Amino acid sequence: MTDIVVTLDRVSAIRGVRGAMLVSASDGLVIADSLMDGVDGQAVAALASSLMGRLRRTTQAAGMPAPEIMHLKAERGSLLAVPAADDVLVVAVTTADANLGLARLEMLEAARALV
Amino acid sequence: MRTLEPWVGPPLDSFLSESSARLVLLMTSAGQVVAQHGFARSLDVMAASALGAGIVASTAEVARLMGEPDFGALVHQGGGHGLFISAFDTPRGRWIALVVFGEDTTVGLVQLFFGRMCAELAAAAPAETPRGPVLAENFEHDLNASLHALFGR
Repeated sequence: MTDIVVTLDRVSAIRGVRGAMLVSASDGLVIADSLMDGVDGQAVAALASSLMGRLRRTTQAAGMPAPEIMHLKAERGSLLAVPAADDVLVVAVTTADANLGLARLEMLEAARALV
Repeated sequence: MRTLEPWVGPPLDSFLSESSARLVLLMTSAGQVVAQHGFARSLDVMAASALGAGIVASTAEVARLMGEPDFGALVHQGGGHGLFISAFDTPRGRWIALVVFGEDTTVGLVQLFFGRMCAELAAAAPAETPRGPVLAENFEHDLNASLHALFGR
């Protein structure tokens, strides 16, 4: 559990990242999180897992491989989600000016570490 | 969806569309049905409401034995369906929700939008009007009116 917390802290320490969490992909429940105040972890977990599930079914129906990363860009920020092993998602919420490249790299690294 | 009182409709409708739940039963803690969605037979509703109220009462007792004030919710996850049961406070007293959901949604989504429905119900509840005494001669009429509201027959 300590390793997971360290991994999440590393993602959430990146400039502009408002929080990172591990989410159960099939349940949409939070496994572990490192969030700033004002981020509704339960809502983010539930909606991110739902989006990723629909995206996976969409790519499957289109004959494409499963998505490696989901980047939902909004006016005031982004939602990033990366599937990891054992039905787990690494999810991050960022501001609009976040260092998204570094966030994506750290999230992919975190997902690999969970395999 | 059918409700005994119209103000319950919009919050429940919103919950149904957001959570993709398949069956929903809202009842008082005594087991009296307030609203239902997805049930086709009154017998199923009566059985589900009695069992749901029993489950909530049993888990409340287990919580008491454990020194917990209450359990927030109870989830059973099956192969194709999940069952979510939770008691919640409304201005009309403590109610129980029994929600059956399928593989097209998740327990996280059901929990999230259930919380919002509880808040919307609390905001939408009108001030309670005093009720007259329950009289034996009115019982059958009241029962039939409730069944008609919940099942349209």
